[in-house]
Amino acid sequence: MSDYTAKIKEISARLLKEEKVEMVIGFRKGTVPMMNEPCFVKTPEDVKELVWDSNCGINLANYLTDRKEKIGIIAKGCDSRNIVTHIIENKVKREQLLIIGVPCKGMIDKNKITSMFENEINEVLEDEENIIVKGKVFEKTLNKNDVLQENCKICIHRNPVISDELAADLLDEQKDIDRYEDVRKIEAMATEDKWKYFEDLLSPCIRCYACRNACPLCYCPTCFVDESRPQWVGKSLDPTDTRTFHFLRAYHCAGRCTDCGACERACPMGIKVRMFTKKLEKDCLELYGWEAGLSLDERPPLDTYRPNDPEDFIK
Amino acid sequence: MKDWEPRIVGFLCNWCTYGAADLAGISRMQYPPNVKAIRIPCTGRMSPKFILAAFMKGADGVWVSGCHPGDCHYLEGNYYARRKFALFKNLIEYMGIEPGRLHFSWISSAESTKFASTVKEVTSAVKALGPRKHGIKKAFTVNS
Repeated sequence: MSDYTAKIKEISARLLKEEKVEMVIGFRKGTVPMMNEPCFVKTPEDVKELVWDSNCGINLANYLTDRKEKIGIIAKGCDSRNIVTHIIENKVKREQLLIIGVPCKGMIDKNKITSMFENEINEVLEDEENIIVKGKVFEKTLNKNDVLQENCKICIHRNPVISDELAADLLDEQKDIDRYEDVRKIEAMATEDKWKYFEDLLSPCIRCYACRNACPLCYCPTCFVDESRPQWVGKSLDPTDTRTFHFLRAYHCAGRCTDCGACERACPMGIKVRMFTKKLEKDCLELYGWEAGLSLDERPPLDTYRPNDPEDFIK
Repeated sequence: MKDWEPRIVGFLCNWCTYGAADLAGISRMQYPPNVKAIRIPCTGRMSPKFILAAFMKGADGVWVSGCHPGDCHYLEGNYYARRKFALFKNLIEYMGIEPGRLHFSWISSAESTKFASTVKEVTSAVKALGPRKHGIKKAFTVNS
C-alpha cells in the first residue's frame, strides 16, 4: 500500500504545484486505528499528510456537493461512480474535477475486527494480504480477505470508471460474483417473516442519521426527516417511524446507489442498512438493466422511461 | 370482527380515474364504499410519502389509479410514475407488507365499469387479508 500512498502524494503535489487544482480531497491517518479521516490538502507541502490503506472506506464524493472550485479528488471504484452520479445530477461539473483514480483492493470492516478482540486495539498494520492487529498484550495476524467490508467482498467495479490520473495499475475485476444472495433469501421468506426480519434488523437503530450523512447521494436542502409541515416521518423511536425512515432513505437512493457501503460503515449500531438499498439496486438491474454511475451519457432510471416498461403489477 | 370493513385510501388522478368515479356515480353503479378518494393532479405527483403516511396512519389498503400509458394529461407523468411504483411496490413487499394491500391501476375517464369492478377487486383483496397487524403508529391505533 505504501506505493499507492507515494504515488498519490506525488500526483497531488504536482497538481497543486502546477495550480491545476485548488485543493486535493484525500485521506489522512485518523486518531484511532482503522479510522482514516478525509482531509482537504491545499498546499504542496501538506501532501505529506495523505495516506492510502485499507481504512479509506468513506466515500469522498460526499465532499463534492455544490463546490465551485477546481478540485483534485482521490477516487476508488465506488467513489468514481458516485462522482459520475454527482455530475449527472448537476452537483458538480466534470471540468472542475481532476480525478485521481485508485484501483481498490477492498476496505476492511472495523466493526468485525473490533468484535474479534476483547481488549482495546492500539495499532493496525497491513501488507498485501494480511492485517496485523496490535494491542497492549496481544498481536494477531488476520487474512485481509476474511475481514473485508461486506460490499467490498462482492464488488465488481474495483477500478475507477472515470479518472484523469491513476495511482496504480488497473486490477482484474472480480468475476462470477453473486451480488444478491442475501436479498434473494429475504425475498423467499413469508410476509410475516420478512416483517420480523426487518423488525430485528432495525431494533438497535437510534435514529442518529449517520447513514444518511455518510451517503454522497443525500444532499437535499431539507431532508424529509426534518420536514415538519407536513411531518411525514415522526422523530420518535416508534418502530414505525424508524422503519419509514429507512424505507425512504433507501428509496431516495433508488437507481443511484453504488453500494459503496459508506452507510453501513458509518452506522454506530452495526445495522446492515445496505439490505434496503441492495434490493432497489437489484430491481433496477433486473427491470431496467441499470447499474448506477457507470456512464455520463445515460439518464438514471427514475429520470427516464420506456413505453414498454414492465407493468404486470398494474390492473 | 365479523363486521370489519377495510379502510382503503384511493389516490385518483384528476384527469381520468376521478372522472371515471364521477361517471360511475352518475350511472348509479353499485360498488363498495370502502375507498376514500383523494384527488391528485397526476400519478406523476404521487410521492412514496403519501402511501407510507396512509399505511402509517392506519389504512388497510392503498390504491393508486391514473391514466393509461400514452394518455397522460401531462404527456408522460404516468410513465415516470410506473417506474417509481414498480420499485416502491417491490420494496414495500420486501419489507413485509402483504402484496394484496397495495394496488395500482390505469382507468380512463370513460371506463366507469372498470372503476366499479376495480373497487370491488381491491376491496375484496384487502378484506381477505384482514386488519393490519403491525406498522400502524401507536398514536393512530383505534380500538374499534
